[in-house]
Amino acid sequence: MTPTEATAVVRERFGVEPALEGTLLVVSLPLERWDEFARFAQRDLGCLYFNWLSATDWKEQGLEVLCRVENLDAGLAVMMKSRLAPGQTHCPTLTGLYRGADWMERECYDLLGVVFDGHPDLRRILLGQDWEGHPLRKDYAHDMPYAPYR
Amino acid sequence: MEVKPPLPQIPPPVWSDFKDLQEWEKYHQERPTDDKVSNTLASIADVIHHMPGGWIVTTSTDKIFNWARKSSIWPVTFGLACCAIEMMATFASRFDVERFGMVPWASPRHSDLMIVSGTVTIKMAPMLKRIYDQMPDPKWVVSMGSCANSGGPFRHGYHVVKGVDRVVPVDVYVPGCPPTPDSLMYGLLKLQEQVSEFQKTGTRPSTEG
Repeated sequence: MTPTEATAVVRERFGVEPALEGTLLVVSLPLERWDEFARFAQRDLGCLYFNWLSATDWKEQGLEVLCRVENLDAGLAVMMKSRLAPGQTHCPTLTGLYRGADWMERECYDLLGVVFDGHPDLRRILLGQDWEGHPLRKDYAHDMPYAPYR
Repeated sequence: MEVKPPLPQIPPPVWSDFKDLQEWEKYHQERPTDDKVSNTLASIADVIHHMPGGWIVTTSTDKIFNWARKSSIWPVTFGLACCAIEMMATFASRFDVERFGMVPWASPRHSDLMIVSGTVTIKMAPMLKRIYDQMPDPKWVVSMGSCANSGGPFRHGYHVVKGVDRVVPVDVYVPGCPPTPDSLMYGLLKLQEQVSEFQKTGTRPSTEG
């Protein structure tokens, strides 16, 4: 499936207009259709390769979760984005579809505090288990004392 | 009354002290005939006293132990970040710290020195402390590079210990980002000076709390 065809399918099924940048489809979704779109990308667009997942903190506008999956055979990449409402931290997990989403979602939870509902093992992955706060949030006070080494 | 030297005269060996003539000749090749002073004894000559009728070593145990300690400092190989590359270069053939009797050793239980070469994160700090605790006394720490000295460029980050001296007591700080092997060797020589002045056996100042 070429990127142009994929654009048409996405527009028809989800009612959103994907931005096409070369071979990359950038799709902004409502949060309710997050895992539904991931299943569609995996099954129908053939995006079997889970590249990365991350999030952005837009301060008072809330968090935005981003994820990139790719169809390596067809040279097609899909970047899906979804805005979380301000103050909201919950997002559906993709671990049921992609095994690779496991650690990426743990990292996203660790550093940005996005709680992935349905994740089998949502612990911190980089920082210590007793860490307080999520350091990549814009409102994180990075000079806060951390006993016993500060 | 104490009589200080002229430096002690080593009685010249006679040929019957050697097993065969080749060794005797080798001895004379390596040491010119006017060199009557052993290099080893000259380096500790200030503790050798000339008594009437001969020379005798009178020294304090600290002095002779420190001489032994500083001549054989074994650093535990403990590389944390890019500074470790420079540390490895220092250990390797071009700079060759084995000249100073230093052998990079892979076990903290046989080592005297820990070179903290790199960024210490808050998650790594307890492990660093554990390795330090596993080393037998007396032990020394060289903090290598800006990150270990103060946190360096990551000082205002959220996850870096702002100086390894908040975890273990540090004897020599080597500045640089990363320090060149020359800088590290200068630091190690400074450490040797410090070790030769080491006064007491026993425990280090407590680092608890």
